[in-house]
Amino acid sequence: MADFTRNEMMTIVAARALKNDDVCFVGIGAPSAACNLARLTHAPQITLIYESGTIGTRPNVLPLSIGDGELCETALTTVSVPEMFRYWLQGGRITVGFLGGAQIDKFANINTTVVGDYDKPKVRLPGGGGAPEIATNCGEIFITMAMGKRAFLDKLPFITSMGHGPTGKERRAYGTKSKGPTRLITDMCVFEPDAETKEMTIVSIHPGVTREEIAENCGWTPRYAAQCGETPAPTAQELEVLRDIQARTKAAHAA
Amino acid sequence: MAKFMGLAEAIAQNVRDGDTVAMEGFTHLIPFAAGHEIIRQGRKHLTLIRMTPDLIYDQMIGMGCADKLVFSWGGNPGVGSTHRMRDAVENGWPNQLAIEEHSHAAMANAYEAGAANLPFAVLRGYIGVDLPKVNSKIKSVTCPYTGEVLATVPAHRPDVGIIHAQRADKEGNVLIEGITGCQKEVVLASKRTIVTVEEVVEKLNPPSFNSVVLPHWTVGAISHVVGGAHPSYAQGYYKRDNSFYIAWDKISRDRDTFLAWMKENVLEKTPEAFAVHAKKGSA
Repeated sequence: MADFTRNEMMTIVAARALKNDDVCFVGIGAPSAACNLARLTHAPQITLIYESGTIGTRPNVLPLSIGDGELCETALTTVSVPEMFRYWLQGGRITVGFLGGAQIDKFANINTTVVGDYDKPKVRLPGGGGAPEIATNCGEIFITMAMGKRAFLDKLPFITSMGHGPTGKERRAYGTKSKGPTRLITDMCVFEPDAETKEMTIVSIHPGVTREEIAENCGWTPRYAAQCGETPAPTAQELEVLRDIQARTKAAHAA
Repeated sequence: MAKFMGLAEAIAQNVRDGDTVAMEGFTHLIPFAAGHEIIRQGRKHLTLIRMTPDLIYDQMIGMGCADKLVFSWGGNPGVGSTHRMRDAVENGWPNQLAIEEHSHAAMANAYEAGAANLPFAVLRGYIGVDLPKVNSKIKSVTCPYTGEVLATVPAHRPDVGIIHAQRADKEGNVLIEGITGCQKEVVLASKRTIVTVEEVVEKLNPPSFNSVVLPHWTVGAISHVVGGAHPSYAQGYYKRDNSFYIAWDKISRDRDTFLAWMKENVLEKTPEAFAVHAKKGSA
């Protein structure tokens, strides 16, 4: 149990969520590691798309930005950014959008814009980037974020990207046809939305994590599914492939 | 009509105090040399448009060039914050910075609408989010055919559009390859344009029939600046300097460290200094 970190666990469980035939829009940060791990393990034919316009990319090291040359060099094709957002994302060609975030609420709405008042911010975060439209135009959304009291909030100061809406009803009310967030993979557990209320509900707990720890790192009282089990531990192969790509990446970015 | 000139002359002729300036390049081909020249010439009160402000606008904002920023993602990609931008927004240093914030999809659509000579762009976007509450430019229109309500944003029509490209031929036709971002749209949407290039060649010889080529009659000033996109990159010429992007976090966090870096590496330098970053064949 001691031979992997919680961050490795999170990345590996996030990678498992992806399928070989997915067309996945890869968000900046943690999702990129998970998506490439999936490609290098159980989903070799997955199509990874970055908002810089690279379609079907197969990077050998993880990109630092969403537009590193590695992404273009190993892509099937590269399109302009307006074309990426219009034809491919808005056109409905993407099955899964994989997002990270700074803050999240129980209905999987995400804030990456601001902490405090918008006009007089306590912390100015980067903003939405591609996420507001990824969140509504992809078939479904996976989110990966480490838990913590400052990240998992009962109420967000700002909604940058819609999950299921402030009360869980808004997504349907807007007539949005995509599913929205169907899985939230954290460093402690996995959440999925309740079929009725859309509240993100814990469906499995990672090995070595307790319910008390989860409660201490969550800004609301989390609900558990009736059949909440333990997440399968990382396999030796998953860990090896993840550590290899991270080592290659570290060496490349330091060069 | 394309006219070759030095970068200092190109900026002096085309960028004026108070202008709306768009400098594009989506991670790739960011026109850093042009940004540094604007800083050296002390341009003020600019409205800066860019999808991802990146280090270039962090530097321009920190040096007091901008009154307003129009953007959709303001960070150091994969590293963290753009600290000079944050200091301006959070503390008003070195001056107050107004912001007009969009999503990437809206910004890309706004450039395309500008290039297409339309007054606004339409997209299926901003659904269920708070940005329209803080940005009054985001409005909506009802589709006359289906009744669907769609988001709108005004077209971008910059006074000046600035890009970096791989090469131009002697006539001033410009080739861009790799991640091409919104560069074509910015050039076609702007009143005046400046293109910096890695190389000037006798004949353009585009690599395929569908290569991204800007005909010479769509381009204003062209300046030959070797390495002019560093620490961004020019596919086929040199790689993104990821170690510098990581180092910028420390340089830019503190006002004095930032100012010292800018003095040594921008104010006391010329565009020719960029050439050391370009080692042909390394990418």
